[in-house]
Amino acid sequence: MAFFLVQVIVGGLLLGAVYALFSSGLTLVWGMMNIVNFAHGDFVMLGMYAAFVVFSLFGVGPAAGAPFATLLLATVGVIVYFGLIRHIMEGPMLAQILGTFGLALLLRYSVFWWFGANFLSLPNNIVGGTYDIFGLRIEASRLLAGAVALLVTLGLHLLLTRTSLGSKMLAVAEDSTAAQLMGIRPDSMQAIAWAIAAGATGLAGALIATFFYIVPTVGETLGIVAFVTVSLGGFGSVPGALVAGLLIGVIESVSGYLIGAVYKDIVVYALFIFFLWFRPQGLMGKA
Amino acid sequence: MMRRLLWPSVVLALVIAYPLLFSTPFQQRLGALVLLYAIAASAWNIVGGYAGQVSVGHVVFFGCGAYAAMAAYAHFALSPLVGIPAGIVFAVAIAALVGGPTLRLSGHYFSMATIAIAELARLIVTNTEYLGASPGLSGPAVPRNLFDLSFVSALPYYYLFLLVLAITLLITWRMTNSRMGFYLRAIRDSERAARSLGAPAARTKLYAYMLSAGLTSVAGALYAMMFGFIDPESGLGILISVKMLIMAALGGAGLLFGPLVGAAILVPLEELSNSWLGGQGAGLTFVVYGAIIVLISRFQPGGLLALAHRLWERHRKVPEAAAAEAGHAS
Repeated sequence: MAFFLVQVIVGGLLLGAVYALFSSGLTLVWGMMNIVNFAHGDFVMLGMYAAFVVFSLFGVGPAAGAPFATLLLATVGVIVYFGLIRHIMEGPMLAQILGTFGLALLLRYSVFWWFGANFLSLPNNIVGGTYDIFGLRIEASRLLAGAVALLVTLGLHLLLTRTSLGSKMLAVAEDSTAAQLMGIRPDSMQAIAWAIAAGATGLAGALIATFFYIVPTVGETLGIVAFVTVSLGGFGSVPGALVAGLLIGVIESVSGYLIGAVYKDIVVYALFIFFLWFRPQGLMGKA
Repeated sequence: MMRRLLWPSVVLALVIAYPLLFSTPFQQRLGALVLLYAIAASAWNIVGGYAGQVSVGHVVFFGCGAYAAMAAYAHFALSPLVGIPAGIVFAVAIAALVGGPTLRLSGHYFSMATIAIAELARLIVTNTEYLGASPGLSGPAVPRNLFDLSFVSALPYYYLFLLVLAITLLITWRMTNSRMGFYLRAIRDSERAARSLGAPAARTKLYAYMLSAGLTSVAGALYAMMFGFIDPESGLGILISVKMLIMAALGGAGLLFGPLVGAAILVPLEELSNSWLGGQGAGLTFVVYGAIIVLISRFQPGGLLALAHRLWERHRKVPEAAAAEAGHAS
């Protein structure tokens, strides 16, 4: 029992790292521009389908699928920013919510229309085998996904805090008019933020596509996971998203193991509502 | 005065005569569905349009009514009509319970919380045997008497829904002209300013939320009666919330007739694409829905009625301005 629990926790951490990766994209855009992307989960879904298409056309796994999905989604992010976000940012709240919500429907049902509602999956052995580490059995695909996601999330944090690009983006987030007077173009910075945020979802999608079910509506669940992670970690904080993502992964796995798989989403959603109601500043935020 | 009433009475007469003028079963059913969705979207409009709190979880209240109507039949062998008051009680109680902490959240946070609440409700009902779990609950297959409200023709439903829609719009209209309506609009424009001028923001929003919830549950109960069954997807699926929201927004959120206009455009669109394209059409319909929502938010956040109003004003102003110009020159 205890041993199985360790196995379950490790699995949860590895999945949680991927949650952290795509949630850090959401938190970046949210913190910087105070806009919530309701299509965020559907971006991850697009990443999964991109990896699937690369596999079914060329027979190659995430080695090619992941970079392709990242670039594709980064492009989508820039297009969405210039085509939609930039125009609705200053608009009424209804327009902001409707805009990305409509985008979510558009993406979800375009994929549904094209690929159908069937569950797709990549072949089990696309990332080879299962490792035996101290008696824990860990699938290589999950290990790869977790490790890459963890490294990229940390890299993203360093990019935002240690580079001049990161400082410029922070400056735009703080006060875009002042940033503009300092010679920083808010438009470019915000477009870059969307490219990074969407690129992160593409990579995350390609990574979990190796062991997750691929279905057009998966974005709905993943989008809520991203909301929970961001609300738990504090809006705008990448380290917060990392800790919260790992935590959600573990909570989901353990509750799925202890009280049954159908209840794991119920636990996560209930947790989300609880946090919005009673601690909207997140776990690590100040009151 | 007569001229002002001319067009509204022509439109009203057409609405009343519609199922007699267009009397095929498909057309009558279409008309009934437009009215049904108009009821739901008008109920949403009270919170989403007038108060500016974009709820994406209104399907919870829709589900209250729908499940109450079907449970009244399935568990107590009562007329589904009993489900209407029961559904209202459940919906208003849930709104009162959930509304307090949720309405404190502003903007996006409110929308996200309502999505999560709706999804939570759907997951719970999917795992509740009493409410039929995933297969759902069915109504009377063969009507026992008139009160089962189970008709083959859509004609009775049409007039029933028209009556309920008229009541809904009347309530909404009375509300907008009351003190509460003024408070709500003030809150929508700036909650902080409304509060500082002494408008009881929290209480007003909660009342609007409860009123909207009760009316939405009536729409749910009527839906369940017409279709004769309810399952977690058709009674609590997030897409139902989305439909309410998009119909109101397309016609004009915060305008009395906005939701009706939106429903009159989108319901035929959906029904036609379903009947032309079959199962594949379901996906395509929501692609089009998504595109429409994106386009409204990008170009016309006020909705079609606001656009029409603006064009009408311009049309009227131009000749006046020209006349004023001419008078000035002479």
